Amino acid sequence: MSTNVLEVQDLQTHLHLRRGVVKAVNQVSFSIAYGETLGLIGESGSGKTMTGLSLLGLLPRPAGRIVGGSIRLNGRELSQLNQATYAAQIRGKEIAMISQDPMTSLNPVFSIGSQVAAPIRRHRHDTDQTALALATEELHRVRVPSPALRISHFPHQFSGGMRQRVIAAMATACRPNLLIADEPTSALDVTIQVQLMDLLDQLQDESGAGLLFITHDLGVAASLCDRVAVMYAGSVVETAAVTDLYAAPAHPYTRGLLASVPRIGIKTERGRLFSIPGTPPDPLDLPMGCAFAPRCDLVKDRCHRESPPLIDKGGREIACFEVQ
Amino acid sequence: MLNLRAIKCHFQTNGQIVRAVDGVNLDIVKGETFALVGESGCGKSTLAKIILGLAPITAGSMSFAGEPLIKFNKRFRRRVQVVFQDPYSSLNPRLKVSTILSEPMWAHGFKRDEVTQRLELVMALVGLQTNAGNLYPHEFSGGQRQRIAIARALMLAPELILLDEPISALDVSIRAQILNLLQDLQDELNITYLLIAHDLALVQHASDRVAVMYLGRIVETGPTEKIFASPQHPYTQALISAVPEPDPTIARNSNLIRGEVASAIEPPTGCHFHPRCPHKIDRCTKESPPLVAREQVQVSCWVIGSGDLNVAK
Amino acid sequence: MGAESILKQRSIFASLRTWLGFARFPYIAMTVLGLVLVAAFFGSWISPHSANEIDLAMRLTPPAWLDGGSSAHILGTDNLGRDILSRLIAGARVSVTIAAYAIILSGALGTFLGMAAGYFGGWIDAIISRLIDIQMSVPSIPLAMLFVAVLSPGEAMVVFIIVLSYWTWYARIVRGEVLSLRERDYIALAKVAGVSTPVIFIRHLWPNVLNTLLVLATLQFGSVIVFEAGLSFLGLGIQPPDVSWGGMLSDGRNYIEVAWWLITMPGFAIMMACLASNIVGDWLRDTLDPRLKQS
Repeated sequence: MSTNVLEVQDLQTHLHLRRGVVKAVNQVSFSIAYGETLGLIGESGSGKTMTGLSLLGLLPRPAGRIVGGSIRLNGRELSQLNQATYAAQIRGKEIAMISQDPMTSLNPVFSIGSQVAAPIRRHRHDTDQTALALATEELHRVRVPSPALRISHFPHQFSGGMRQRVIAAMATACRPNLLIADEPTSALDVTIQVQLMDLLDQLQDESGAGLLFITHDLGVAASLCDRVAVMYAGSVVETAAVTDLYAAPAHPYTRGLLASVPRIGIKTERGRLFSIPGTPPDPLDLPMGCAFAPRCDLVKDRCHRESPPLIDKGGREIACFEVQ
Repeated sequence: MLNLRAIKCHFQTNGQIVRAVDGVNLDIVKGETFALVGESGCGKSTLAKIILGLAPITAGSMSFAGEPLIKFNKRFRRRVQVVFQDPYSSLNPRLKVSTILSEPMWAHGFKRDEVTQRLELVMALVGLQTNAGNLYPHEFSGGQRQRIAIARALMLAPELILLDEPISALDVSIRAQILNLLQDLQDELNITYLLIAHDLALVQHASDRVAVMYLGRIVETGPTEKIFASPQHPYTQALISAVPEPDPTIARNSNLIRGEVASAIEPPTGCHFHPRCPHKIDRCTKESPPLVAREQVQVSCWVIGSGDLNVAK
Repeated sequence: MGAESILKQRSIFASLRTWLGFARFPYIAMTVLGLVLVAAFFGSWISPHSANEIDLAMRLTPPAWLDGGSSAHILGTDNLGRDILSRLIAGARVSVTIAAYAIILSGALGTFLGMAAGYFGGWIDAIISRLIDIQMSVPSIPLAMLFVAVLSPGEAMVVFIIVLSYWTWYARIVRGEVLSLRERDYIALAKVAGVSTPVIFIRHLWPNVLNTLLVLATLQFGSVIVFEAGLSFLGLGIQPPDVSWGGMLSDGRNYIEVAWWLITMPGFAIMMACLASNIVGDWLRDTLDPRLKQS
């Protein structure tokens, strides 16, 4: 489809550590259309962050390497690009990122204005004066109050929620086609979380960019995303439209995950929650076949031998022998 | 069981006074799960430290099981234990699990075979295998570590366990396991829990009564069911409606409150919540509202008292 | 800043080692350090001559591999015809003994004060921290001159001066370490369980600062040897007839134009010992750091 801003096909990323090789991203495929928000849901170690870093060309070096598959941004292949090209043409301009920790994402010794102006200067080749003026506009756009005054302030004078707004302003300053947000709301309180999600919606409406939203929080994903891809141990196990997925999760892992989260408004009567037995596998020592098999209630012999491919089934994709 | 009266904890940083806890009353009943909920900076962690004797109180009094608590002596130490949020920081990486678990009993001078017996019993209770005692913490996953932390809290057979965000650092698929374990232990051993959390869905699921804190004060407290069914304080309402539900058909409700939590260094005058409150009246900026009983719930709000809030709803 | 960062940063040696792709175990540095220790402990058995044996007929003999060299004196002789290799071996004993005493004493003092300051905070921390600041602002060499002028020089005096100048390193680093350890939940849990303060120190704090101490002591070994050599060079340290590397440098200074080996040999010994201890210290830090072990 030509309306897809991003197409990822069979992406494989390995981390070469002293103790062995971690298949952090294992044959992952997904696409994002313009104006669409794709949620990438997974637990810690599921490979969701490594997928994001692969797209940004920011894998930890020298340990991380893309060993297979393709990443196409507007039809342009990114997986083979070198670092210099990535820095000059892609990062901050075509793909931008909002990261998790609002406390460490900004440099404490530079003013907010100069940090927001930096990507503008770099990619639009503006003068310092115009870049700073544009930075003020950007801060206004993300609803930082009295931006003309605030550009001369330093990060420590901003609260966590405001810093995330500043980071959002930096990320969208050059109108990227794809925005990657890695757990941007996790460090924030719920009342601030809501405000940031509104802002992300607004920024996306204005720019029509695609948004890859990486999170472990099923509630946040439900509230923000159009489609959702669920990752487990480096692989995508289920991809579906958000309403379909939450209404009828198909993969046993997705099902278990949704059933195990307490919800407001649903009476539990002090009853027990459903819980998935066992623990996620050691990424250095993934089991043969389906990685979820040791914890699965539908497991059959075949699951221990072969890993199930992601198969299209009526508008959603599922990687499970039993459900198919 | 545990009663706190007008507890205040103020401390100084850089010459400014932080009013972390500013006049809190709490009564925890034996056998229940009492939840303390609020956003970061609301003072719930400081209150936890006060109850554990890890932070000094500026004013107020505490009593445990009817006895006033002035010094945190060993007798009290046996009766109140804690499980912290981060299972990586709560276990000393250089000690074997059996040492970690036995330490509280050693400190209270128990005999060797008493400790060994209790160790086996408690490890079975939390679902740890018997050989786990010979291993070091790094050989366990986050969920298993939290089981060890819970086992340690159980070693002295306490009456009250303070659960400080006990599952929020764990993987989503592990959380339910630990939560169910905590509930089973409560049913089996008749322990009282004081649950400190920011996750409202968890609080609703796991607690009997709840107190909502905002900037060092309790704004609303009562039975969990009542408060979640019909929250009265504007902050409680905003907090509950802001929780993102794992259900895409529920629209995001974001228009309730604006702005961010003010600083505890210079809290707003009057009601601490008034700068963010959509219903504020003049009085809110001047006088601090007391906790007033309304049916089974206690609320601290001038507007509710005057009956005007229903119009605003 | 400097004191804390020395343990956090990978030094240039470590980066170089990684860059060169050397084996992780520092064989060469370990061998050098081993030779110094062997010389220090078994010096009298392996030494070809007595360190103070004067042979004026052989004075200023160049090393064996040069014209006029003698196989009896592999590294040559000095202005009194004393065998340089034997003197280096004798100097190693002095250097290692002084370094060992100085490191153990300054380490013990600094650790004790650093742990107390970090754990208790408040006025105890204030007093100890000011003491550290004062000590670090006093330059060591004039201090040494003062003490030597008032009291008498010698091995004990050198140890005393080194302890006085080096305990602050241990105190600062241990204080910083304990400050962060104190915030760990397991310390709070121990308090909640009613564990007494001495037990918290021994069971929870001490094992966690031990690695840091070991690394710091290894790194300091080289530095102390250089410092001792500096004192002896200035005549404030080891006095003749005791042999020290710094004293040899000082003696050889006047002959630098006619017999370069007089100062080159002890200088090289000092440099190699210091370099080796730095490399071994870096390796120890990398090996003992559990965070590095995991990745």
